[in-house]
Amino acid sequence: MSTTNKNGSFQRKSFYAWSAVLVLLVAAPFIGIYPVFMMKALCFAIFACAFNLLLGFTGLLSFGHAAFMGSAAYVTGWLVRSAGWTPEFGIIAGTLVAAALGLIVGLIAIRRQGIYFAMITLAMAQMIFFVCLQAPFTGGEDGLQGVPRGKLFGVIPMASDLAMYFVVLAVFVAVFLLILRIVHSPYGQVLKAIRENEPRAISLGYDVDRYKLLAFVLSTGIAGLAGAMKTFVLGFATLTDVHWSMSGEVILMALLGGMGTFAGPVLGAFTIIGLQDYLADRVGSWVTVIIGVIFVVCVIAFRRGFVGELIAWQKRNKTG
Amino acid sequence: MTEIFGIPLQAFAGQLLLGLVNGSFYAMLSLGLAVIFGLLGIVNFAHGALYMVGAYVAWFSVEKWGLGYWGALVLAPVIVGALGVVIERTLLKHLYKLDPLYGLLLTFGLALIAEGLFRDQFGVSGQQVNVPDALQGATNLGFMVLPNYRAWVVVASLTVCLGTWFLIEKTRLGATLRAGTENPALVQAFGINVPRMVMFTYAGGAALAALAGVLAAPVIQVTPLMGSNLIIVVFAVVVIGGMGSILGSILTGLMLGVIEGLTRTGILGMLLSWPCTKVFGPENWLSEALTKLFGPEGSSTIVFVIMAIVLMIRPAGLFGKEK
Repeated sequence: MSTTNKNGSFQRKSFYAWSAVLVLLVAAPFIGIYPVFMMKALCFAIFACAFNLLLGFTGLLSFGHAAFMGSAAYVTGWLVRSAGWTPEFGIIAGTLVAAALGLIVGLIAIRRQGIYFAMITLAMAQMIFFVCLQAPFTGGEDGLQGVPRGKLFGVIPMASDLAMYFVVLAVFVAVFLLILRIVHSPYGQVLKAIRENEPRAISLGYDVDRYKLLAFVLSTGIAGLAGAMKTFVLGFATLTDVHWSMSGEVILMALLGGMGTFAGPVLGAFTIIGLQDYLADRVGSWVTVIIGVIFVVCVIAFRRGFVGELIAWQKRNKTG
Repeated sequence: MTEIFGIPLQAFAGQLLLGLVNGSFYAMLSLGLAVIFGLLGIVNFAHGALYMVGAYVAWFSVEKWGLGYWGALVLAPVIVGALGVVIERTLLKHLYKLDPLYGLLLTFGLALIAEGLFRDQFGVSGQQVNVPDALQGATNLGFMVLPNYRAWVVVASLTVCLGTWFLIEKTRLGATLRAGTENPALVQAFGINVPRMVMFTYAGGAALAALAGVLAAPVIQVTPLMGSNLIIVVFAVVVIGGMGSILGSILTGLMLGVIEGLTRTGILGMLLSWPCTKVFGPENWLSEALTKLFGPEGSSTIVFVIMAIVLMIRPAGLFGKEK
């Protein structure tokens, strides 16, 4: 699962790989890739990275992450559209609301472990879904439409797709580095210890619940950031954002790309969003079936995901 | 007309009965989940999908195949049970040595597949299944008019639930099953075919879900999404009850159905806010919040609210044992 490899040549290689990816991402809008697609995929990449911080590096399966992404999308959208807030404060408010919700749900959910944790987060997220369905400011079934992009910090005209793209890219890079930093910090090492063997972490004197709760709040906050950015990119927030099927999708992104790897969720997000984009007009309801089949295949035969398989393959080559 | 807290008795009893009907479905589904989890260690997300397939079998049986409702009552558990055998043999058996999270993810995938296939065939609009002739009409009990079909649902599902309880707790077969839950390797050493027992357990749980689907078909709209919406509530029910005890699952399911019904009448909100109104005066935020949270608007979230409260007080669930 772990990508931390002390082998120098491996680290240098992955540094080159990341530089190449970054160059590609910067060049993307200039080589004819549709910027709205790229922005949407990047937002989901942020979302999937946030989710992976929890599942991949702490071992907690949250089955309700859409609730945090979606409620931030609603909060940001409403504040900017109806209350006239500036984009940057809208984004901050959305992120904070998601983190606060994460604190409440986390306090309840960490009282149980393993599979129960997943069921509790799913149930709490469904409750948030119903609140969004009934609350007066979310626009019910229609969603919150027509959120203006405005000017970030009063200067960056996000109405232009190109400017917006670089804002999203900057946020993505910042989040990615933040997660890298969190995982490699002493705090991140404790999270890994909890993932590997919770009773031992407890017996070593760690207040496991506090570590888990902080990880949950961090993860939900970043998921909220993804939702807030997505609202600006697409200009709307709808019930799809808070629905359990969205929680399932983010799990699939992490699983398909490779849980507990850094690049995995990003790759998974681009694959799933690309697939949905490609299939949407072609197969109708079959998208759900195909997503389901990918789930089943991943669990049966491809549990390490793209990046996990790659790492395992490299290790095999080195020893063999 | 008699009234309770300003609600006509007829409407009150009607909501209570509806709650009991929903509670019966919760009970049957959470029972199946608990039995499957006990032996397979898998939280079966596909349970809702199996329930949905059961309801569609009822619709086919009544509308297309001419076998009627009673035919469906036999056919649906058989078909879905067979489906369960296929799922267990081809997919689930690869997961027993893995983290239980993978079981949840795989069955989630299965639920998506089933939902997508049915949505492709039937769209999102609902199909109506008629109440069978023998159960048409209603009986006047004096204080309320009892629709015969709803009474049948409650009686039938309670019978099935208690039958399952009897089978597991009081028979030799059930004793083997429980032993298998505790220590499969030892039971295998006694010459019992544990893999086959596991297979039939999953099939049995699936059949229970299908039966619930047939019972539900005439009282709800049969749609591809009916299963997923229900299964999340049933998960909350399972967390509240704890998966430790069979009778506990049944009781929790019924109880939560009734509480949901009471919430829909608004009476629960009124009862809870009454002491606050006495203490803080007629208009205060606490009693308003309680009226809202436990009133008709809160009926879709009440089970989740109760789950949160139970987790704060008793994390292992009402009937669960802390491991």
